[in-house]
Amino acid sequence: MKFTLSWLKDHLDTNASLDEIVYALTDLGLEVEGVEDRGARLRDFTIGYVQSAEKHPDADRLRVCQVETDEGVKQIICGAPNAREGITVVVAKPGVYVPGIDTTIGVGKIRGIESFGMMASEREMELSEEHDGIIELPSGEVGQSFVDWLAENDPAKVDPVIEIAITPNRPDALGVRGIARDLAARGLGKLKKRDVDAIEGTFPCPVTVTIEGDTLAQCPVFYGRLIRGVKNGPSPAWLQDALRAIGLRPISFLVDVTNFFTYDRNRPLHVFDADKIAGNALRLHRAKGGETLMGLDEKEYTFTEGMTLISDAEGVESIGGVMGGLASGCTEETTNVFIEAAYFDPVRTAYTGRALKINSDARYRFERGIDPAWTPYGIEHATRMILDRAGGEPSEVIVAGKIPDWDRAFKLDAARVQSLVGMDIPESEQRQTLTSLGFILEGNMAHVPSWRPDVQGEADLVEEVARIASLTKLKGKPLPRLSDGVPKPILLPLQRREAIARRTCAALGYNECVTYSFIDETSAKLFGGGQDATRLENPISSDMSHMRPALLPGLLRAAARNQARGFNDLALFEVGPAFHGGEPGEQHLLVSGLLVGRTGPKDVHGASRGVDVYDVKADAEAILAAIGAPAKTQILRGAAEWWHPGRHGKICLGPKKVLGIFGEVHPRVLAAMDVKGPAMAFTLWPAEVPMPRKSGASRGALNISDLQAVERDFAFVVDASVDALTLVNAAMGADKALIEDVRIFDEFIGGSLGEGKKSLALTVRMQPVAETLKDKDIEAVSAKVVEKVTKATGGTLRG
Amino acid sequence: MNDLKQKYLGQIADAADENALEAIRLAAVGKKGEVALKMRELGKMTPEERQVAGPALNALKDEINSALAAKKAGLADVALDARLREEWLDVTLPARERRQGTIHPISQVSEEVTAIFAEMGFSVAEGPRIDTDWYNFDALNIPGHHPARAEMDTFYMHRAEGDNRPPHVLRTHTSPVQIRSMEKMGAPLRIICPGGVYRADYDQTHTPMFHQVEGLAIDKDISMAHLKWVLEEFVKAYFEVDGVDLRFRASHFPFTEPSAEVDIRCSWEGGTLKVGEGDDWLEILGSGMVHPNVLKAGGIDPEAWQGFAFGMGIDRIAMLKYGVPDLRAFFDSDLRWLRHYGFSALDQPNLHGGLSR
Repeated sequence: MKFTLSWLKDHLDTNASLDEIVYALTDLGLEVEGVEDRGARLRDFTIGYVQSAEKHPDADRLRVCQVETDEGVKQIICGAPNAREGITVVVAKPGVYVPGIDTTIGVGKIRGIESFGMMASEREMELSEEHDGIIELPSGEVGQSFVDWLAENDPAKVDPVIEIAITPNRPDALGVRGIARDLAARGLGKLKKRDVDAIEGTFPCPVTVTIEGDTLAQCPVFYGRLIRGVKNGPSPAWLQDALRAIGLRPISFLVDVTNFFTYDRNRPLHVFDADKIAGNALRLHRAKGGETLMGLDEKEYTFTEGMTLISDAEGVESIGGVMGGLASGCTEETTNVFIEAAYFDPVRTAYTGRALKINSDARYRFERGIDPAWTPYGIEHATRMILDRAGGEPSEVIVAGKIPDWDRAFKLDAARVQSLVGMDIPESEQRQTLTSLGFILEGNMAHVPSWRPDVQGEADLVEEVARIASLTKLKGKPLPRLSDGVPKPILLPLQRREAIARRTCAALGYNECVTYSFIDETSAKLFGGGQDATRLENPISSDMSHMRPALLPGLLRAAARNQARGFNDLALFEVGPAFHGGEPGEQHLLVSGLLVGRTGPKDVHGASRGVDVYDVKADAEAILAAIGAPAKTQILRGAAEWWHPGRHGKICLGPKKVLGIFGEVHPRVLAAMDVKGPAMAFTLWPAEVPMPRKSGASRGALNISDLQAVERDFAFVVDASVDALTLVNAAMGADKALIEDVRIFDEFIGGSLGEGKKSLALTVRMQPVAETLKDKDIEAVSAKVVEKVTKATGGTLRG
Repeated sequence: MNDLKQKYLGQIADAADENALEAIRLAAVGKKGEVALKMRELGKMTPEERQVAGPALNALKDEINSALAAKKAGLADVALDARLREEWLDVTLPARERRQGTIHPISQVSEEVTAIFAEMGFSVAEGPRIDTDWYNFDALNIPGHHPARAEMDTFYMHRAEGDNRPPHVLRTHTSPVQIRSMEKMGAPLRIICPGGVYRADYDQTHTPMFHQVEGLAIDKDISMAHLKWVLEEFVKAYFEVDGVDLRFRASHFPFTEPSAEVDIRCSWEGGTLKVGEGDDWLEILGSGMVHPNVLKAGGIDPEAWQGFAFGMGIDRIAMLKYGVPDLRAFFDSDLRWLRHYGFSALDQPNLHGGLSR
């Protein structure tokens, strides 16, 4: 919402400075987004006097003028027809920027004669569209700043323009008067009386208006009046200036009047050319669907059922509350004008405007809610203004429907206001505030003014009192603790687990990413998603059409982007939700890591190598351990198809309880996502890790033996397809009391062993508890280990 | 005896290496060495002679052994020195590469915010990212036609043919978690709700996903003055400054009444933000007293309870504190960005050690 300072002062009698006004507006909740000092860009233009003007020897239309300026007499070549001796003009000297032609003036030669500046027209200074000639001033001293002259003689031209952001609850502030009322309530002046007397019509209105019964909810009331014999034409300068200052283009007087009241009073009006109303009858009705209209913006609109339309005998003439039609609109030739002031329902207007994609000033205001009670006054104000300028003879006012009931009252509970705001505002001040905003107090009941549709309860009264009192003045007050003493921890177990997983990943050398929750359909499908249930109805682009079924697609895309930038060794991870459905709660927390490239850049120590499955296995296990997963898990195969079928493992507690998956990403997936592989990854389900059952912090006793542990190495030849874990578990089972640990330390495949065979070497560590192990004890356990392992694997002890 | 001593101590001193030393040892104090032979002769002596010769021989033996040990240590030192002179490394060679992981600023700042509010008794509540339009709008006093709905650039989920429920939305703010928390926990209540939210908008300062933290405190006697204090304390703690001016500007949100937008005093010198000084004001959050309709929607009696709520952008306060220029880069996963703006795994923010290094 834009307005000029002088427009504001039409409604507000104030001595406050611009700065005070701007501060108060923002503080009141009418946030100032900008103050445009329109004089600033004309600061360098000065007043000059044309001493002489002679025809250019080589051009009929040009004059060589000698112009008196603050820097002496300058020669200026001018093509304006009115450039002549003895006029006072506005001069742009070399170096001055001229906004209307976006040029900085230089010294130049025109047809061989030097010119030292320019004499400006109004359009060149963006003061109006006037460009028939250069400005001739009726007064002014040579050398005087033109802006200063304007401020004295035509202040509207350089009036500061204030732009404020309007929150949706304040339609009243979409009119300058509403803004003035807020400032007056704050104490920045007095609201001026700006009423006009009702004007008697001299004849019955020849245009009839009916509102169909089923349409009264969306247009409860319509006021209209015909004025015959008007003379339309350009608006007076003050009106053109006012509209232009706030960014509106003056069109013709009758149209400008409607725009004026839209901004002055938040009262959208419409003017029909009465001669174009077929059958002299307007009918407000709900669209059946399929009707069309060429709007004032010269676009064709087709209506759907239920939209509010205004039709005459021949068809649709206007979209109620949204936009008028081109055919029945006023033009320069209009002599009989029919003025419409109606009330259109906000919800219906918003729906129609959105559906038709029309963003008009009228829609903007009706959907927020205009003042229904002011509807008849709007007609009178517009009539007055039209009669004063364009003449004509007014008909009687015709009314269809009736003004909707807006009267309501809420209790002002002064104590509750203080308790909610936390400020000491006396009851008398509270009542004064409401009164100055237009509320009428009856006892402790506050009747809401008709222009405040947003006030719908006691809480709204609190807000009015608080914002007028100024929240800036509010003093903070310590919030008491919930309980005395040291605060208790607040994180839930899963929240702690998430944080620990995240920091463990980073400690393992992964860089955390946060990627979008929506991904493209192809990627989603590669990872088991992409169903309609997880599809966005209105994605911002096709790259972001589906909720992600996993974190890996986002990480793989990130890897591809980094590879494209020349970064090939990547360790990325993300912790966040993935979506298995489109209902609230159909999301689950995941931790995913991705390794691509080498463990590091090639190095002098030869430590760098390509990443492999055992890297991600180590990391997955480390993170699971950190979040409290049991040490003993199963490694199963058979995960989803985006994993390399032979190079992945599911870390499980039983076949259905999957804590995590690690492995190589399927090469086809990498190719589809433009990632140069191979790529290793893990995904963990933190919520699947069982919550510990312990009830205290105690670790339990540490049992360590003073007796020396003994280690024995074994090597077995087994089929290449036998899992190492089978050997380890078998060996562990040989003597559960004595064997503390079994570690695989070597693997050798093929070679002298023959096709399809491998050798696995393991170290068995025996920890005696009661007495030192004797050789025969060790032999016995060793024999048991060999027996168990060969039995479990069908392999043999390697000789 | 003195001769023996002279002889062997001399030989020991002259020994060139450990082998020579061993030969001397055997010759002198070995089982068949000269000193041992002398010991055997003790048996033939008279007790008087023995009382003199015995201790002397023992002393001689000790002395030779000590000399041997000292010489041995000396030789070992010399040998070690000689070896170490050969063992030279170019220590200017690069160390073995070690990957350096990082924590994303959004995670870091979320933990910072959590640490501060935890101290004031707020716990952390979470909610679904896909939510019903009731939780996202209606329950927050934003009815279907409310202009705020259109202004929020809501993402809607697809609805299957025949499913006539209103479409679910990607939550446009963290506020639906307020309602869910009220329903679940009732009053009194103190929570913050950090997390991702979504709006269909994309430019330098808008991304279709961003992060918010919502705060909610409900009790018998909570006022806007408490809200102001909480936010003042938060801003001081978060930006790690001693004092800060907060400006509460009246504003409007459907879910709070009265509502205020909150600005902090700051300066922007040379493009660097300094909080708590200067003449500029920077808007950082929206807040207000919870609207009675919202309390009702959460199943809390607005006659008995009242409270405040606030919401701010996590990404935004991260940008302000750590000088990150472009919001879009948060979600681009550029390795250079992650390394530059990321945090060490061990920089876990807390209040006793300080939030940032």
